[in-house]
Amino acid sequence: MAAILEMRGIGKSFPGVRALDRVNLEVEARGIHAICGENGAGKSTLMKVLSGVYPHGSYDGEILYEGRPMRFRDIRDSEAEGIIIIHQELALVPQLSIGENMFLGNEITRSGVIDWPRTWARTRELLAKVGLNENPTTPVEKLGVGKQQLIEIAKALAKDVRLLILDEPTAALQENDSATLLKLLLELKEQGVTSILISHKLNEIRRVADRVTVIRDGSTVSTLARDEITEERIIRDMVGRDLAHRYPERVPQIGDELMAVRNWTVWHPDQPRKVIDDAAFTVRRGEIVGIAGLMGSGRTELAMSIFGRSFGRDISGTVEIGGRPADVSTVGRAIGAGLSYVTEDRKTLGLILDEPIQRNVSLANLAGISARGVLSRGREKAVAEGYRRDLGIRTPSVLQQVVNLSGGNQQKVVLSKWLFTQPQVLILDEPTRGIDVGAKFEIYAIMNRLVAEGRGVVMISSEMPELLGMCDRIYVMNEGRIVGELTRAEASQERIMGMILRSEGRAA
Amino acid sequence: MTVPQHDELGVAGGAIRARLGGGLRQNGMVLALLAIVLFFVVVVRGTQGIDFLSAQNITNLFLQNSYVIVMALGMLLVIVSGHIDLSVGSVAAFTGAASAFLTVKLGWPVWAVMPAVLMIGALIGAAQGYWIAYWRIPSFIVTLAGMLVFRGLTLWLLQGQNIGPFPKAFQALSTGFVGDVFGPDKPNFTALILVALAAVAIVTSGLRARAQDAAFGTEPEPAGLFWTRNAVVVAALMFVGWKLAMFRGLPNVLIVMSVLIVLYAFVTEQTTLGRRIYALGGNEKAARLSGIKTDRLVFLTFVNMGVLAALAGMIVTARLNSATPKAGVGFELDVIAAVFIGGASMSGGSGKILGVVVGALIMGVMNNGMSIMGIGIDYQQVIKGLVLLTAVIFDVYNKAKRA
Repeated sequence: MAAILEMRGIGKSFPGVRALDRVNLEVEARGIHAICGENGAGKSTLMKVLSGVYPHGSYDGEILYEGRPMRFRDIRDSEAEGIIIIHQELALVPQLSIGENMFLGNEITRSGVIDWPRTWARTRELLAKVGLNENPTTPVEKLGVGKQQLIEIAKALAKDVRLLILDEPTAALQENDSATLLKLLLELKEQGVTSILISHKLNEIRRVADRVTVIRDGSTVSTLARDEITEERIIRDMVGRDLAHRYPERVPQIGDELMAVRNWTVWHPDQPRKVIDDAAFTVRRGEIVGIAGLMGSGRTELAMSIFGRSFGRDISGTVEIGGRPADVSTVGRAIGAGLSYVTEDRKTLGLILDEPIQRNVSLANLAGISARGVLSRGREKAVAEGYRRDLGIRTPSVLQQVVNLSGGNQQKVVLSKWLFTQPQVLILDEPTRGIDVGAKFEIYAIMNRLVAEGRGVVMISSEMPELLGMCDRIYVMNEGRIVGELTRAEASQERIMGMILRSEGRAA
Repeated sequence: MTVPQHDELGVAGGAIRARLGGGLRQNGMVLALLAIVLFFVVVVRGTQGIDFLSAQNITNLFLQNSYVIVMALGMLLVIVSGHIDLSVGSVAAFTGAASAFLTVKLGWPVWAVMPAVLMIGALIGAAQGYWIAYWRIPSFIVTLAGMLVFRGLTLWLLQGQNIGPFPKAFQALSTGFVGDVFGPDKPNFTALILVALAAVAIVTSGLRARAQDAAFGTEPEPAGLFWTRNAVVVAALMFVGWKLAMFRGLPNVLIVMSVLIVLYAFVTEQTTLGRRIYALGGNEKAARLSGIKTDRLVFLTFVNMGVLAALAGMIVTARLNSATPKAGVGFELDVIAAVFIGGASMSGGSGKILGVVVGALIMGVMNNGMSIMGIGIDYQQVIKGLVLLTAVIFDVYNKAKRA
């Protein structure tokens, strides 16, 4: 097959950093080419070079597209050639309708005036192509993330895409949405669209990719053909070493009951319906308890409503920690009762990005670094340094702004913040989302250490293999209810999915 | 995958640059203030034959700008928490009018009027803060409404008239001077001693911070830079102190202002309360999920702002020796400009008290200097606007360069 794209010897430097160094990438036409690499390996930088975000002249090497050398000055140049990039952060305007988003900057006009009938008609055609049955006038914010992704792809189709670049398209998606998206990529491939897929999800790559290029530290490590693609091989190339076990070893030492939640019911903040319906669960000392479920099943809502009533209204039910009723009615009291909640979205809910590591670490326990309301900078720094060493936060200084850290290191900062509150029970909501394989392993190891110290951990995750690999017990949630409980020995992906599907539609 | 990750060395470089950048900004602001003062010294002498730094004019500078600095302290907290207060000019006018009403019309004594007016300020702040904090109505709208409401109430309370004059004891808030315990001869030794003590305090606290930095392994500012800056600050302080001592001594309002500056600098930088306000402005949701009562904090910053606006209102009224319906028009703009020139960020979460004080002084010196030079109010506004814009562009440019 002929190559649609050849990037030869691409190099790109930022002040003080060589982000890309002699990267070679050859993408065959009418295929799906995956790019793998740890966070910071240079994947996104490479795609920005390709799409003209970094204009010709700001990088070394050359780009051959359909056999011709390309010198893009900006993203418009590359789009004119049919190269469309869909970023991880979606570029849709939430308040505008699907149709308006579809032709944003590219409006269908008649003598300068928007031709609405044709806009809606074209939008309907494009939506059909990506398998969406939505009204073109619906505001995008009314749709879930999965459908928004599909709209981004439809938008690319509107621009006559020939090479579609997707930067972690499924990172925020549920299994079924991901499956839909991947199926669409395969269909597009049949229609002659080439895709470049950047992803951390190795099972997806194995499912759809024709070839895989692995990038490490700004250089190409390997390009694997279809029959060479295995998860083990990709991981080895990504991290440069064998990762014998994806999950660190732990001998469970489970003690008595540490936390019990009973009859927990929560109403939606502004709709007349229950988001959590009579949920109950327990956590024992030294135990990692998983909560499985699809997006929207109420996992995050359960955790947030317990943690200081941070979600919902008319909350009822009881929480016991250490055998005694715990007052968790405000965040401060929940922390005082020994509870911590590490949020799903660390950037918007967990961290103050512009502030240094040490100020983030101390945030939830300022009393711990102050006397009578007066802060001790020295103690603050010492505390942060302690966690930097303990958790292996890779940074030259705890004065570094957290915005400059990689996802894995940011997550360790959030964990440090909560560990400093001396919790008995930690609820971790998607603790490894968006972080690379190596950092995931470290986070798992930290979790193991926490339970070894006799704490309890509740792990909410959309990635079932991770739950199966880490948890002693797994609760399955669906539609706001806990619909099943599995021990480590009983648990499997099939049984979890089965519990979810069998409980479907039984909610009142 | 998000931003390209820097290698270890690059990050270290970034940290040092960020640190120097922050320091440079502070130093740069002080240098800019000195340059502007120097400019006026030369130009005012050249064109008008007047000494810009005469004792009389230095005293005037403080009297004229004290209200901006006082309100800017509160406004910094409001802006750091991610809000804005447009009503401070009207609130200052209203509280000034209230002080006149209580003093002149009702004949209340000064010791009762001052706390009462501060309380009125607190209530006004609470009334606005309530909607902003607990009902989540944008502060821009609530305080825009407050700006209109309290301007109207001022007109109503004064019936469109000026009310005055005030007893000496009230005027002393603005135009009074600290007496010299060593007798009436010049220089005023009490003033000299107080200024010298302030200078010693500045240097020792700087040295203590350096010692702390060294003890906890933070890279300290280069010694040369530290001593140069301190020498400049102390020299400027002693110069001003000497001039004031040779005139009428330290104005009362300068003492009030200095105490407030030290207090607010302490609260913002050294206390958990201050830290929580910065956290709230940096990321409200994260702060709330860390157990910080963000609603109450927002409410309190507006109460605080109301109290300081009331204090400023009394200072202005005392200086004019009468409450007027037009008092405080446009104050909010001077105050907000001072905060942004001082380096606060529009999106909240950053800004320092000392920066704000220097920012207010820059605006004040320019007002005063341009007035002495006889520059028309038309050009003055243009120039002040451009200074504000330049200061903020400079910040944005520096940030972009560091990123």
